[in-house]
Amino acid sequence: MSITIKNVTKSFGTFVALNDVSLEVPAGELLALLGPSGSGKTTLLRIISGLEVADHGSVYYSDEDVTDAAVRDRNVGFVFQHYALFRHMTVFDNVAFGLTVRKRPKAEIRARVLELLRLVQLDGYERSMPSQLSGGQRQRIALARALAAEPKVLLLDEPFGALDAKVRTELRQWLRRLHDEIHVTSVFVTHDQEEAFEVADRVVIMNKGRIEQVGSPTEIFERPANPFVMDFLGNVNVFHGHVQDGRASLGNIEVAYPEYTGQESRAATAFIRSHELDIVKVKNGRPSLEAKVTHVNATRPVVKVRVYSEAFGVMLNVDLSWDRFEELALALGDTVYVTPRQMRVFVQDYVI
Amino acid sequence: MAEPTTRSVPPRAHEDPAWVRWTLVSLAILVMTLLVLVPLLNVFVEAFADGIGTYWKNLVHDADTLHSVWLTLMVAPTAVVLNLVFGIAAAWAIARFRFPGRAFLTALIDLPFTVSPVVVGLFLLLLFGMQGFWGPWLREHDIRIVFAFPGLVMATCFVTFPVVARELIPLMEALGADEEIAAVSLGARGWQLFRLVTLPNIKWGLLYGVILCNARAMGEFGAVYVVSGHIAGQTDTMPLRVEKLFQEYNMPGAFAVASVLAMLALVTLLVKTTLEWRTKRELEESKRLLTLGGEA
Repeated sequence: MSITIKNVTKSFGTFVALNDVSLEVPAGELLALLGPSGSGKTTLLRIISGLEVADHGSVYYSDEDVTDAAVRDRNVGFVFQHYALFRHMTVFDNVAFGLTVRKRPKAEIRARVLELLRLVQLDGYERSMPSQLSGGQRQRIALARALAAEPKVLLLDEPFGALDAKVRTELRQWLRRLHDEIHVTSVFVTHDQEEAFEVADRVVIMNKGRIEQVGSPTEIFERPANPFVMDFLGNVNVFHGHVQDGRASLGNIEVAYPEYTGQESRAATAFIRSHELDIVKVKNGRPSLEAKVTHVNATRPVVKVRVYSEAFGVMLNVDLSWDRFEELALALGDTVYVTPRQMRVFVQDYVI
Repeated sequence: MAEPTTRSVPPRAHEDPAWVRWTLVSLAILVMTLLVLVPLLNVFVEAFADGIGTYWKNLVHDADTLHSVWLTLMVAPTAVVLNLVFGIAAAWAIARFRFPGRAFLTALIDLPFTVSPVVVGLFLLLLFGMQGFWGPWLREHDIRIVFAFPGLVMATCFVTFPVVARELIPLMEALGADEEIAAVSLGARGWQLFRLVTLPNIKWGLLYGVILCNARAMGEFGAVYVVSGHIAGQTDTMPLRVEKLFQEYNMPGAFAVASVLAMLALVTLLVKTTLEWRTKRELEESKRLLTLGGEA
């Protein structure tokens, strides 16, 4: 079942959590809402679920307008960050809850619960209490509980946020496989870009109550829509320069920038990912920045090098392959020349 | 740190000197003994002064005393049930919702604890008495409230109003609304939500509140004194009966009834302590459930 969000706005007092947001989630997709805290991603998820009501705008499941439907009538599966399992019920009763309140026949409930426990690989745990389970197991039970009544959509609010790193990695791969099996339209909220990129079909990047970019992980990584997305993705060096007449210049580095051919010089920001920088020890004709090596983190397979450019007064992060690092034989204090292989330039909007 | 210490218990910097501690502890024990323990023991000593036979006779062979026991056993549970309903409703409203007037309601719940029970009785008299505000209407419809069962229940209810709510509000706030939100998202309706999720989580705290409320209801004197009219065999509850027997210089009788109330208090204390321990343990368990959540 597809989800359509049209021009949704939501404020809490004077704080605008969502500002005219529209979004389409095709049926069967696994979508991630990614953004820093306060970006409105959780509010958007809660509005999709009906736990929160939008001030303006509407929500559709397929062609059905559910904007004014209460959460209990929407038939959604919601998974909470802190599981919210019923502490007084066994695993069986937890998973059965959505069916019990719908007064389904006992035999049907039993069959469905056992099927779901197999699906989340926790068969045999029916009689356990939530307090006897590990965090990862609890979250899988919460997921089984959310899926029990065959929800139209599955919504997950930072589902792995309370788990430690190793379990989190395992669970998100498992979620991806599970989704490939059951294909229920799913939306999950996360602030962890690795999680979003690894699990989701498409990622929505949110900031200050607006959507900055929607796209597949590759699209977003290769073609960030704006400086915010570029910066948010991280591992990036930021330069300030200007553009003029089809060229962007950052100090003595000049690159073609056909997007702007005006004669008037405009301020621009260039982003270069740390793996898009190369280091040479001897100046070789290509545009480069002179810098001093200040820090080397010689781990495999990627060596993280920090260099300081005096001319620019900036620290740069450079990722080198181990082979390249050995070839260069870098030592602290060496003077090197840094050249970009690729960069993205964004002309700043006029701000008065 | 490696230095051997001659004291088996290392001195703790945050502790007061021994004489301060012992003075305070002795003072507390002395006061408790003089004001609580001695009078309590005295009740039983006086009650059994003329032997167990007289004690029993004083309790069951006096029709008015028996009626007072029966009346108390009717009034207290009625008041408890009413306060149970009100207490849950108020605790739910205060712990789960943010609404204008929430702080005012919270303060209002405590009012019965701060107002003198005698004043409460007078309020009821002024409102429901035959000469009171609604007197003419009540007379017309032949409804008796003051000097009758309904008045006793109302006075008792008012005085024990806060007990259940006060017990539940912090408990429900500590439990949080997560499970209830999850239940709603799974399609639970109001009554299902309460019966299947909320009630099992608050049951021990609720029982504790009920027991405390019951003890207060059975022992209530001031407010009930004003609205009862002291009609022996009709509107005298146990505490009123104790007072009446005492005024009639029937010391063994007065102390016999008093001893029943005292025993009730002791049982309440025991149950209360047990429940308090249980509630605390369950809360700790649920907290552990949250903090341990991150581990595999």
